[in-house]
Amino acid sequence: MMDLIGVWVAAFLTLAILSFLFGDNPVYKFVEHIFVGASAAFGIIVMLNQAVWPFIQEGITTQDMFLKITTYIAIFMGILTLFRLEIMNYIAPTLTWISRFPIAFVTGVGTGIGIVTGIHGYIFPQVVATFLPIMENNTSIIEIASNLVLIVGVLSSLYYFYFSMEQRGALRWIVKTGMIIIMITFGSAFGYTIMARVSLLIGRIYFLISDWLHLVR
Amino acid sequence: MKERILAFIENLGRIDSRIVYALVFLATAIPLIMNIRIPMPVSPEVKSAFQAMDRLKPGDVILISTDYGPSSAPETQPMLEAILTHAFKKDLKVLLMTHWRFEGLIMGIQGLDKIAKKFGKEYGKDYLVLGYRPGVTAVMIGMSKDFRNIFSTDNEGKPLDSYPMYKEIAGDDGILNYKDIKLLVGLEAGDAGNFWIMIVNARYGVPMIMGTTAVITPEYFTFYQSRQIEGLLGGLKGAADYEALLGISGFASRGMVSQFAVHVLIILLIFLGNLSDIARRFRS
Repeated sequence: MMDLIGVWVAAFLTLAILSFLFGDNPVYKFVEHIFVGASAAFGIIVMLNQAVWPFIQEGITTQDMFLKITTYIAIFMGILTLFRLEIMNYIAPTLTWISRFPIAFVTGVGTGIGIVTGIHGYIFPQVVATFLPIMENNTSIIEIASNLVLIVGVLSSLYYFYFSMEQRGALRWIVKTGMIIIMITFGSAFGYTIMARVSLLIGRIYFLISDWLHLVR
Repeated sequence: MKERILAFIENLGRIDSRIVYALVFLATAIPLIMNIRIPMPVSPEVKSAFQAMDRLKPGDVILISTDYGPSSAPETQPMLEAILTHAFKKDLKVLLMTHWRFEGLIMGIQGLDKIAKKFGKEYGKDYLVLGYRPGVTAVMIGMSKDFRNIFSTDNEGKPLDSYPMYKEIAGDDGILNYKDIKLLVGLEAGDAGNFWIMIVNARYGVPMIMGTTAVITPEYFTFYQSRQIEGLLGGLKGAADYEALLGISGFASRGMVSQFAVHVLIILLIFLGNLSDIARRFRS
């Protein structure tokens, strides 16, 4: 019985959202507000229940002194963040600057990790993957063409963003090649985006005609 | 006569958008209702992902990270179900977690329950749900020494090491970390997959395959080309290809016919729009 009610509610919500295709209307607005409210409440409860509370509980009750101290530091930092709340502008407006400490800490750690992982895990392997032998003993013509496209594509696209020198004469052709490569990339990305959106539509329509209307064999 | 033809062609560019919606609806619904199938060649990157799974031996551990929510489930859920089918067919041990959105865990558990039931697999013996922990990089680095640093308990709140599967997969040292993972499967709808590759693959050398929504698939092709990932399932097509390799016919295979019909319709509409524009220029 609960499943049936769930399917009917989901079908109503789906149709209400799709009704926006025929223009803004009160039913759409109603469902949109339900979505925003439910998502926010769900997010807060999940965060408290799954992340914040287990972390505090475990950190405080542990026998590991190092973990205990770092947990207290993290809780302290978390409390400092609360000084950024709008209400603090009325309670203690001169103390809102305190919230900058945890933000600075998170930014610093995030940047440190980001730089290292970005260089080690992204830039280096990508550069290495571009150092391709155009032709080897057993390389097929398709592979040779593919390697050439890759090398020419990378170099010309990089050169497209090189603005320190006027791009004239033969260099303009490199820029044009880079531009064509970038346009093809955008086109393929856009094609994939369409495929993604159509897939979502298929998912919803499949739900309507299968779970709700039972039209699918 | 010529004028009338040109006017007709020009008017084709002014089709009411509601007619376009109706056509898209029909192009999507009819193939699903009629259960039409069309043969499709399997992409090499999906074949590569399939082979990476197929190389594993019974008892090997895979870690699946379901970093997506219901909004991208039509693309990623069939991937999860196909990969789980493959894993349970091969008697692999499955760990499931998420660190991007909590909804990913709900979707993951739904998929696991469905497929595990089909193969008669048991919780705690054949698969474990680690749970959800936000923090992306912090979670990944924390897991490198011991998974219990981040997931001291499973999703049910029971200590991880209280399960027979944990004792079996953690080995003699009793510590479960990346060295015990034979393949990581990232099902991604956002940036979290990049971090799996940039941190866990680059730093700890864990082999991985990715299943991504079509929107972010082009970005992941760079990782496939550089061999940082062993295979890639891109969007619904990726899921359909994996189903084809497994010899099963699921939602993805079914949905790809609708996908094909809508693509043809979109191309046709673009063509008509351009034709209408040419006709308008002729007339003016």
